[in-house]
Amino acid sequence: MASNSDQQSMDVNYIARLARMNLDALEARQFQTQMDGIVDYVRQLSELDVEGVEPTAHAAPIQNVFREDLAQPGLTQEQALANAPAQSGGQFIVPKIVE
Amino acid sequence: MSAARYEAVIGLEVHVQLKTRSKMFCGCATSFGAEPNTNVCPVCLGYPGTMPVMNREAIRLTVLSGLMLGCRINPRSKFDRKSYFYPDMPKNYQITQYDQPLCLGGGVEIEGASGLATVPLTRIHLEEDVAKNMHFATCSGVDFNRAGSPLMEIVSEPAMHTPEQAVAYLQGLKQTLMYAGVSDCNLEEGNMRCDVNVSLRPVGATALGTKAELKNLNSFKSVLLALRAEIGRQEQLLREGGRVVQETRRWDVEAGATFLMRTKEDAHDYRYFPEPDLMPVVLSEQQIAEWARGLPETPRQRRARFASEYSLPEYDARVLAADKAVGDYFEAAARGSKAPKIVSNWVMTEMLRRLGETGQEIAAVQITPAALAELVELTEAGAINSNTARELFGELFANGGSPRALVEARGLAQVSDSGALQALVDQAIRENAKSAEDFRGGKAVALKFLTGQVMRLSRGKANPQLAAQLLEERLKK
Ligand SMILES: [Zn+2]
Repeated sequence: MASNSDQQSMDVNYIARLARMNLDALEARQFQTQMDGIVDYVRQLSELDVEGVEPTAHAAPIQNVFREDLAQPGLTQEQALANAPAQSGGQFIVPKIVE
Repeated sequence: MSAARYEAVIGLEVHVQLKTRSKMFCGCATSFGAEPNTNVCPVCLGYPGTMPVMNREAIRLTVLSGLMLGCRINPRSKFDRKSYFYPDMPKNYQITQYDQPLCLGGGVEIEGASGLATVPLTRIHLEEDVAKNMHFATCSGVDFNRAGSPLMEIVSEPAMHTPEQAVAYLQGLKQTLMYAGVSDCNLEEGNMRCDVNVSLRPVGATALGTKAELKNLNSFKSVLLALRAEIGRQEQLLREGGRVVQETRRWDVEAGATFLMRTKEDAHDYRYFPEPDLMPVVLSEQQIAEWARGLPETPRQRRARFASEYSLPEYDARVLAADKAVGDYFEAAARGSKAPKIVSNWVMTEMLRRLGETGQEIAAVQITPAALAELVELTEAGAINSNTARELFGELFANGGSPRALVEARGLAQVSDSGALQALVDQAIRENAKSAEDFRGGKAVALKFLTGQVMRLSRGKANPQLAAQLLEERLKK
């Protein structure tokens, strides 16, 4: 959902902000060209006539893939926290969250 | 300063944790109060490369809720990714439903000032809950036990106009979900949470004003107070010629006011897109009908049934069915009773009053439904008088036990034997000659006083009707 009114190009700086990335001017120009290329490539799809074709996110006609409601053991607390940069009282410790 | 009168427009988003054994997309147990990070696995910790698999029961419970609330069940629904960055969601997206939710429309019946009304719903969708954050002085802690639990979001239309209506809506919704048995709906434990949207517009206008979203409302009382405060804030702002800015505000109980959290300029761009790891949910009419067959009674159905099955007045049926636990209690006591209306009287008056005073839940009271039924039976049979019954109720409410056993142990049985009462009647007349004279002289109220004296002399055990009758006979001689 680019916030750019120009349909031809993506707003790379906006996308970078959403992805929490800092781009310098050179990188921004470089990615702009690359992403415009990608969007142009995908735009070929709009040449197809999809009149009467239901939108779908999947290629295979599969539906209702369920599991039964059964609880099973997962990781131990020790395992869960094994990769935590910091931990205390069984919790992952992260920099102070400010809303 | 503008003299315009304003009308509030309120909409609610209620999150309800479903009562499943396992989480929405993995097999971890859903439980409240476990040690931090003990009901977790790579799926709910958001490890790259893990695959979610839908819990069928969560789908069924959401559909059940939708049917109880009169929603249309979407024959085809799907899940989407909602992107955002926050430590409660390490995947950096939450799996939710965007444009094809499980349930559409429906409504919640509320009891308003002008009788029953229905607040329309927009939709109900299913999503995964997020982790719980704890805030410390210099850092924050994250516990993923709750992350990935099935969470139902129930969105109302902006169709309420007073804080009281919003609370009535929440209570009605909670009761229907309790009847449905889909959730414990406990606000303190966080398995029912609500966000409120509120805007003001001049009375008579149809266009909606700019809304504020209120967060951190963890009790019905907070909803009531936060809405009152926020409506007051917006009204003052508008009167002073200002304008309301679309923003999210936090309710502060201590301060009794709402405070700015973020404005729309910082609003997230969630970039919803279909969850590629989950296939759509397609529900046939046959499947929905099968689930509908197991549908529990709704509050409205129970109201009608109470009125007909127990010959209760409409008012009683309404009070008793308004709260599932109260209705369950009444029914357990009334089922075997020959006098269900008397059982209803006890529940509606003494019971609800004492519950209000002590803050207890009816499901946990000492006086069992069987004990109440027995108390009613003793009263109806004339074995105890109404004063004794009221005292016994207090005793049973506090300590439990059997009314019959208490009556026997304490000799509380009503004295309905005229021989035994005659002596007390004579004593009362002897000790209150003036009143006896008054009655003979035509003052009918004197009989009431004398009856009271007989009751006192019998230490409350006399049958008052019989006492009055014996007194009258004696005095008319
Ligand atoms: Zn898990």
